[in-house]
Amino acid sequence: MTFTAGSHLFEPSRADFDSEQHLANARQQAFARNYQDFLIVDVDSHHYETEAFQEIANYIEDPVLRMEAKYQGMARGGITSIDGSYQEMTGRVTRYPMRRREATPPTIHRDITLMRRWMDSMGVDMACMFPTPMLNIATCPRAEVETALARAYNRWLCDNVLSEEPRLTSMLYLPFNEPEACLKMVEEFGDRKGVIGFMVTATHYKANNDNAYMSTYAALQERGLPLGFHAAYTWSDRSTALMNRFISVHALGFVWHNMVHMTNWIVNGMPERFPRLKTLWIESGLAWVPFLMQRLDNEFMMRSSDAPLLKRKPSDYMREMFFTSQPMEMVDNREALALTFKMMNAESQLLYSSDYPHWDMDLPSTIYDLPFLSEDGKRSILGGNAERLFKLTPAYAPWKLERRAAQAVAAQ
Amino acid sequence: MSECYVCKVEELADGDVRIVKESGIEIGVIHQGGAYYAYQNLCPHQGGPACEGLRLPQVVDVIGEGGLFVGQRFDEADMHIVCPWHGYEYHLTSGEHVCNAALKLRKFEVSTRDGGIYVHV
Ligand code: FES
Repeated sequence: MTFTAGSHLFEPSRADFDSEQHLANARQQAFARNYQDFLIVDVDSHHYETEAFQEIANYIEDPVLRMEAKYQGMARGGITSIDGSYQEMTGRVTRYPMRRREATPPTIHRDITLMRRWMDSMGVDMACMFPTPMLNIATCPRAEVETALARAYNRWLCDNVLSEEPRLTSMLYLPFNEPEACLKMVEEFGDRKGVIGFMVTATHYKANNDNAYMSTYAALQERGLPLGFHAAYTWSDRSTALMNRFISVHALGFVWHNMVHMTNWIVNGMPERFPRLKTLWIESGLAWVPFLMQRLDNEFMMRSSDAPLLKRKPSDYMREMFFTSQPMEMVDNREALALTFKMMNAESQLLYSSDYPHWDMDLPSTIYDLPFLSEDGKRSILGGNAERLFKLTPAYAPWKLERRAAQAVAAQ
Repeated sequence: MSECYVCKVEELADGDVRIVKESGIEIGVIHQGGAYYAYQNLCPHQGGPACEGLRLPQVVDVIGEGGLFVGQRFDEADMHIVCPWHGYEYHLTSGEHVCNAALKLRKFEVSTRDGGIYVHV
């Protein structure tokens, strides 16, 4: 047989692999050394049980775990990996496993088609899109890998998606483990089409008040680009590692990591140091906002010497920041939700977000149907606040334009 | 009340669902465990197509002597309809949400006659 020199791993010149052929030289050694004369015992050898994992999973006695294991598999990202695909609720949220089966036309990038389809269905005109597993590359211990992947993703997104569809935008990923690379990212991509800001994944174990980041914040402020902190969870955090169920890690993790960054941001007076830099706190829901306002205000009154840059109470600064809405806690207690909206000045500071296609996505109706908001307030939260914050040029869903035109005709 | 023909009995295998539209309402007719159930295909959470998801039994944490966690099992006698949008679970037999009975799928009567399945709206 022949091999294509150099690249045969990626472009195999032969379709099959045969262990005996691969080890033909070993067999020659065995013959040459007359191994037939004595016994040889290998005391540490391996097979790849992953290929038989569906069979092995049938032997798991706990039926609930058996079903999870069969769903998640045992490859990288499988049931024993740090986060696995447990988030998908063993197939209960059907769009996770079924996504692969969705057909899209070859003429346009699949990601654009899929984005348009859900946006049009929900009535969303423009979306700020983020990656999914790549949100957690922050936890990779190799900082240079995070930077390389972030840069690759940002370049790919700008070249293939944002440049093609004016309804799509993004706050690009900052590789926070390498502060100089963050500044370079802003300089390189800050003016690209569809780039409306930059984003830090909240599972970074770097304090955002570190002097190393000041040049990045200054660059963002100068360009008028907002900085987002996108919440995430990681099961590798020491506190979440104490939890045995995904519901626990998700419910606390998504809030906890953003609370840490928000606390550092305020206590170190970042809003005073960069008064024109707008921050956006993404995907932690809303209930944490009044909680943290009250905690920080209460302690600040007693220990203002710990946060001497602040000229006002922490909650006053938080009320000037921006927040995304999802996953909005659908408390049975409407008063609690209404008070939360009031405490954070939601009508001007809250930005609707769906988080689609993730399992805890929110439709626009979660905002539109709230009885305590004015029509203006609803429209601001659903779009107007984002339009102002990101200085967007509105690009509407085609069906909305058609429907408006038809309504105008009907009205004549 | 109007009677709406769904399909022939042999066209709806056990475990399957058939979505029909009657008087502007989408109804999921479910054949599960030898019985038929019909619910409006509309989840009271955010309006998802509740009948188009999986049907799974109640998960049970098994607690042994002295409060020790032993493992988990399925309670096959309590089958759930799982809404595919966010995973809200409803008891198959009643349509009530498993954590809050006030949240319900709208239920319809189903009958079989002359080899056909009918839903009553
Ligand atoms: S809409 Fe059914 S679970 Fe949310």
